[in-house]
Amino acid sequence: MSTALRVEGLTKRFAGVAANDDVDFDLRPGEIHCLFGENGAGKSTLSSCIFGFYRPDKGQIFVRDQPVHIASPIDAIRHGIGMVHQHFVLVPEFTVLENIIVGTQRSGWRLNAAEARQKLKAICDGYGLDIDFDAYVWELPVGRQQWVEILKALYLDAEILILDEPTAVLTPAESRILFNIMGKMCARGLSIILITHKLIEVMQSNRVTVLRKGKVVATLNTVETSPDELARLMVGRAVSFTITKPELKPGETVVAVKGLTAHGHWGEAVLKDVSFSVARHEILGIAGVAGNGQKELFEVLCGVRKAQAGSIWLMDEEIAGLTPRCLMDRGVGHIPDDRFREGLVSEFNVAENLVLGWQRSAKYRSGPLINSKAIAKLSRDMIAEYQIATRDEKVAAGKLSGGNAQKIIIAREFRHAAGLMLANQPTRGLDVGVIEYVQSQLLRKRTEGFAVILASEELSDLFGLADRIAVMFKGEIMGIVDPRNTTITEVGAMMAGRRQGTIQ
Amino acid sequence: MNQLFQEAIIVSILAATMRTMTPLLFSAMGELITQRAGIWNMGVEGTMLTGSFAAYIAATTTGSLWLAVLAAIVAGALMGAIIAFMTATLRVDHFIAGLGLNLLAGGLTLYWFQSYIQGRAQPTFSGFQDVAIPLLSDISVIGPILFSQRALTYVALLTVPLVWFLLYRSRYGLELRCLGENPKALDVKGLSVTARQFAAVMIGSALTGLGGGFLMLGFSDRFLADFTAGRGWIVIVALIAGNWKPKGVLVTVIAFAFLEALATHLQVLGAPVPHQLLLALPYLASIGLLMGVRFRSGQPTRLGIPYKRE
Repeated sequence: MSTALRVEGLTKRFAGVAANDDVDFDLRPGEIHCLFGENGAGKSTLSSCIFGFYRPDKGQIFVRDQPVHIASPIDAIRHGIGMVHQHFVLVPEFTVLENIIVGTQRSGWRLNAAEARQKLKAICDGYGLDIDFDAYVWELPVGRQQWVEILKALYLDAEILILDEPTAVLTPAESRILFNIMGKMCARGLSIILITHKLIEVMQSNRVTVLRKGKVVATLNTVETSPDELARLMVGRAVSFTITKPELKPGETVVAVKGLTAHGHWGEAVLKDVSFSVARHEILGIAGVAGNGQKELFEVLCGVRKAQAGSIWLMDEEIAGLTPRCLMDRGVGHIPDDRFREGLVSEFNVAENLVLGWQRSAKYRSGPLINSKAIAKLSRDMIAEYQIATRDEKVAAGKLSGGNAQKIIIAREFRHAAGLMLANQPTRGLDVGVIEYVQSQLLRKRTEGFAVILASEELSDLFGLADRIAVMFKGEIMGIVDPRNTTITEVGAMMAGRRQGTIQ
Repeated sequence: MNQLFQEAIIVSILAATMRTMTPLLFSAMGELITQRAGIWNMGVEGTMLTGSFAAYIAATTTGSLWLAVLAAIVAGALMGAIIAFMTATLRVDHFIAGLGLNLLAGGLTLYWFQSYIQGRAQPTFSGFQDVAIPLLSDISVIGPILFSQRALTYVALLTVPLVWFLLYRSRYGLELRCLGENPKALDVKGLSVTARQFAAVMIGSALTGLGGGFLMLGFSDRFLADFTAGRGWIVIVALIAGNWKPKGVLVTVIAFAFLEALATHLQVLGAPVPHQLLLALPYLASIGLLMGVRFRSGQPTRLGIPYKRE
């Protein structure tokens, strides 16, 4: 057997646009093979075709050198292909065991859990995984939930495992454990397709296939390539990774938060005694694994969530409890993390989205009516200034790519805000080129004298941009560090719940 | 009023509660199966009405009550097939599909009824009588309440543990609950979500139709327009108030049935309250419940959301 899996000439079109164009790919037994590329390069489409979620228009798939026809996930599973999806496909209300066995039993009325338990125990022992089969999935931390996903595939005897962006939700320490498990799986003869856009992860694989705009650009042995070469192949031009940040002296304090505490739906504390301040010419980074209170912190700061205790001072005014509209009037700009649901109205066009929230402003209305002329002019200016790729200002925002949608939000907030900019995950899911652009815009605001609060799950972003980094864990700030004399490992430990000063 | 009389009335109210509960319980267990599979079937009222009508036609033409029961079950399953086709196959909005079904059922039963009687006197039938369980039914108070009921009342009570077993102890139940919580988890294992939801809705609706059938065969001797009179909506309220759990639904259904039985008795006894108000009691209670019940932890996460692969 020379290949575990081979794909020849695979083409998949959506509405005439080729998401995969004549893709050749092969996976050797026991290797980790990366699929590397930007968003929309066709990585997920390719893996969905292999797993039987999509039917390719053209091309042939071979498993262990035998041509196979994969029409649905059941065919893929029969051929020993398993997949761990980027967004876990778990039922939180079920136990670990129930999640693994649901839909796998082929005969009998009664649930047969005993046999499954035995088989799983053997798998877990083999990989040194220690997991309570009777725990509910909602009780588990995200890293463990991913184990459940992996166990689901192994339980179905997967020999080829596709992992789609598996580290997106993990702490650095959890990622290391995952790569450890992956190593063990390969040693046992499993072959792994790893989908990622993170260079650090690519460098831990055996081979890498770079995709760009649906086509294979290159397949390389990882040891024979470099991050620079891979980035160039991915984007199609040279990319600079170093962010040049001008030295600026922080000015007066713009926003000061003291003892902020907020509760969630069920009365649980989502923010616990959070305190920090940010000055002019300063970017405060917020690090943390998704779901540790960053979103709630931003919601309180921009006025859509009530705080149960604590104070927020903007310049010389207490602003806790003010409505979002009052805060906007005081110059607070907000880039939310879910751009299509909170940042924009997808059905509205670009022009409407550019004035959203400011439609009451005298600039954009004449009497009770909307001033279309003024809005059209603003839109054309903004489209030009922020290089928003759209036919014109009348295109629905939902039709634009994530990057261009983000540019609309940035244009709107930068245009109207003064003093404080809240940016939650502004670069998440964006392509390298757009990330560079967003970062440069945030630095521009810093130079102009804004105080910026920036949350990001990409630690490299924070280390490049932030003047100070506050690390959040379960709604608390574990410490505020200076990136110039702190390592990523230290911040990673704080993201997992270690307090500043307790790390040696 | 002497004590004996009071006791007789209380026994009578409770016995009526059991009888009134029966159609609601069948339909609620049916809708529970449907909703746990993620399909919010708003067509309960129409499905019950069609079940009642089918039972009436079968009872008056064949004279066999058990064939009438079968007819109600089949009619329910057919209504379920329509809902399933719209929601699971075509992925239409569940509420719109249900509202459509209710309008269809109201119109069609009336139309069929008119063409069935064609101006002649409406044929009638004589419905189910009480089945007294030997010995047990002789016990005072409890006997007449619990052990001297229609045969289907006992069956209805049996469906509660059966549905519980199906949901929580069988592999079908695990898959069914998975449909309601995260259908993609079945899809990625190569199992058809559509086929399973289809089956769940048809089986659930068959039970719902049976509920409508019993309403006809256990309480009436003839068909009338809008025969079910909103009981289908009470069933939906019972599901919400019962937090989508078999036992919870049973308790709420009994509570509704008690209110209805109480209302009819108070009316007969000539209580100094307008009888329209008494008849409205279960419905008023349901409005109160919906405003009061905020606890929805048991609601299936993907209830009412058509499944699509993204």
